[in-house]
Amino acid sequence: MRNALLLASCLLAAAACRREQREIVHSPAASHASGGIVRLSELQPGQPTPEVEVRNASEEKAYDINEGKRLFAAYNCSGCHSHGGGGIGPALMDNYWVYGSHPENIHDTIVEGRPNGMPSFGGKIPDYQIWEIVAYVRSLSGLVNPTVAPSRDDHMQVKVAEQSKKEESTEEKKKP
Amino acid sequence: MSSRFLSSLGVAAVLCACACARSNPPVKTDLHQLSRDDAQWVMPAKDYASTRYSGLAQINTSNAKQLKLAWTVSTGHDRGHEAGPLVIGDTMYYVTPFPNDLIAIDLKNPTGPPKWKYRPQNLETESQGVACCDVVNRGAAYANGKVFLNTLDGRTCAVDAETGKEVWVRQLADINRGETITMAPLVVKNKVLVGDSGGEFGVRGWVTALDSETGKIAWRAYATGPDKDVLIGPNFKPFYATDRGKDLGVSTWPKDKWKIGGGTMWGWISYDPELDLIYYGTGNPGPWNPELRPGDNKWTSGIFARRPDTGEAVWYYQWSPHDEFDYDGINEQLLLDLPIGGKTRKVLVRPERNGYMYVLDRATGEVLSADAYGAVTSSFGVDLKSGRLIPNKAKEPGTGKVIPDICPAAPGAKDWQPSAYSPRTRLIYVPHQNLCMQHEGTDVNYIAGTPYVGANVVMVPGPGGHRGEFDAWDPVQRKKVWSIRENFPVWSGALVTAGDVAFYGTMDGWFKAVDARTGTLLWQFKTSSGIIGQPVTYRGPDGKQYVTIAAGVGGWAGAIVAGGLDPRDATAALGFVNAMKDLPGATNKGGVIYTFALP
Repeated sequence: MRNALLLASCLLAAAACRREQREIVHSPAASHASGGIVRLSELQPGQPTPEVEVRNASEEKAYDINEGKRLFAAYNCSGCHSHGGGGIGPALMDNYWVYGSHPENIHDTIVEGRPNGMPSFGGKIPDYQIWEIVAYVRSLSGLVNPTVAPSRDDHMQVKVAEQSKKEESTEEKKKP
Repeated sequence: MSSRFLSSLGVAAVLCACACARSNPPVKTDLHQLSRDDAQWVMPAKDYASTRYSGLAQINTSNAKQLKLAWTVSTGHDRGHEAGPLVIGDTMYYVTPFPNDLIAIDLKNPTGPPKWKYRPQNLETESQGVACCDVVNRGAAYANGKVFLNTLDGRTCAVDAETGKEVWVRQLADINRGETITMAPLVVKNKVLVGDSGGEFGVRGWVTALDSETGKIAWRAYATGPDKDVLIGPNFKPFYATDRGKDLGVSTWPKDKWKIGGGTMWGWISYDPELDLIYYGTGNPGPWNPELRPGDNKWTSGIFARRPDTGEAVWYYQWSPHDEFDYDGINEQLLLDLPIGGKTRKVLVRPERNGYMYVLDRATGEVLSADAYGAVTSSFGVDLKSGRLIPNKAKEPGTGKVIPDICPAAPGAKDWQPSAYSPRTRLIYVPHQNLCMQHEGTDVNYIAGTPYVGANVVMVPGPGGHRGEFDAWDPVQRKKVWSIRENFPVWSGALVTAGDVAFYGTMDGWFKAVDARTGTLLWQFKTSSGIIGQPVTYRGPDGKQYVTIAAGVGGWAGAIVAGGLDPRDATAALGFVNAMKDLPGATNKGGVIYTFALP
């Protein structure tokens, strides 16, 4: 029991450590696991092979997620997705993910664009910023650790703060 | 004269022959003449005066309660169905929301398969990402044996009315600049008039005239920029001094902001054949945050009278100078001859988004009256001396300012949903909403092809708590005669007939017939989805009067259902979702064309 507590507090400390970490120089590969296939479909012919798990380092840093929030407005993502409720584009605060909820899925959606209206931002935004936006997008539906999610809004209050957002069950839904 | 033109004349003659059997025979497609044939519905608003009035009287106030469903056709699409059908001869034409199918229904056999279906080829599906308010289409136009429709991805298509074969296609708008096309075109003197959408994307608004036979561009008039682009020349005689001067479309903006300043035209065009003037309004200036664009922002949120042949501007009036609230000026204009001040005057009546019912002299652009028909806190009325709206400074938005209780909200006291006018009752039937908003201006970056708004908006029901109204308005007495309160915004168009029956639909799917004199409910039918379309009436090949409405919820007001949006964010769909949280419980998606008749 004592060991478990010790372990937990160690883990918390580690998380807290990264929470305040800011990178001055962004290594493009920092967030990317190399190799493997990013799958959008659960359906695989033949023997299932494991999916690539991508760790988005920005998801562990409060500063990065906050940057993601700022960039989400600055690049006019909010023009279509509002503050997560959607509008021209789909809602991002719910559990309905047309093109996947994993960090790599969201990253690819931003880079590649999607044929029903999502613009392709690839080559327009530095990759580290895309990962920051990815982290923020996932915070909208409570998919990041609340200790790093933004706790307040500098604007008119229009929804609960990302930090208070309960995790949405992430059942994947396919393109309608 | 090309053989194609001759053959289309031939088609027109055949179509007319059909119509003629049942009414006065037009010798060619003189649309003004043809629009008087109540068997048909040959242009979006029934006639050039945009009255949406039909002389048919088989269905009247005493028998309307017996109306029965005659037939239905599924459109196969599930986004907002804002279009009304056309009826040419024995064929009904309907344009669906994106991907903009044009469906031809044989009225001799409406329960059989459609005559044909036309879909523009290789549509840019990405255009859905630059459509501010659902992927709607507001209808088609007809002339010379051809049906004309606009596509969301920015084209105008001409289709042979008989065969459904494509005649020509012209790309007019560029989605990479945020432009789309959602409006119903109008054909005047063989010119197809088309305007762009994209007022929330920093586009530069325009109206373009295309030759109906070839699709060649005859003229394009921008709503911002130098006079030569706006087609302002020596014959431009605006009534008010503030609209006179050189290149006001440049000088009333901060440097170069006119290039991304909006002024789109996604609403309605009317035409007066005697004065030979077309009338249409201009959309909101962009971005929404007015602090970012000091000045009157001409020629946005106003109305132009132009010559259809050349496009040259004759007069202009600005409903909302330096618009602060997204009050697009693109609603319908009803061209009426009314007794005002002891004589009959040629007027233009505009139920404007800013909340006032304007009566203008349509020869000069003089404002004769402007009376609030909905709740207004954003202004104190219109100064009839200067013609200028008197803004309420206390409601002026700015960056970082949160201002509550702005009425009407961004969609206005009334949005695009068109009114009707009956010469029998001399009343205008106005479907509209009752919404107010909380508004916060923000900074915004212009990135071509992405939204350019700069505001957080949260809408709430207006005074009284009801969100919609269907009103009868007397434009001479300048007052509301009766008013029906609806729970949801009334986002459908209106229709009124010589049987003194007015029709409209509700967003929870009720199609209603009311007594045009009293507003008493005569009949209602629950359709499968919320109604935001435009009702029309026609006389079928069997001599019976039919009434048609498309159900299929969506549009800006219904975006919460059409787009599956999340009401936990009060700003979703530019704040409209907050006022529509209960709509998903009241209706569901899906486009169906309903037609009714007496047994």
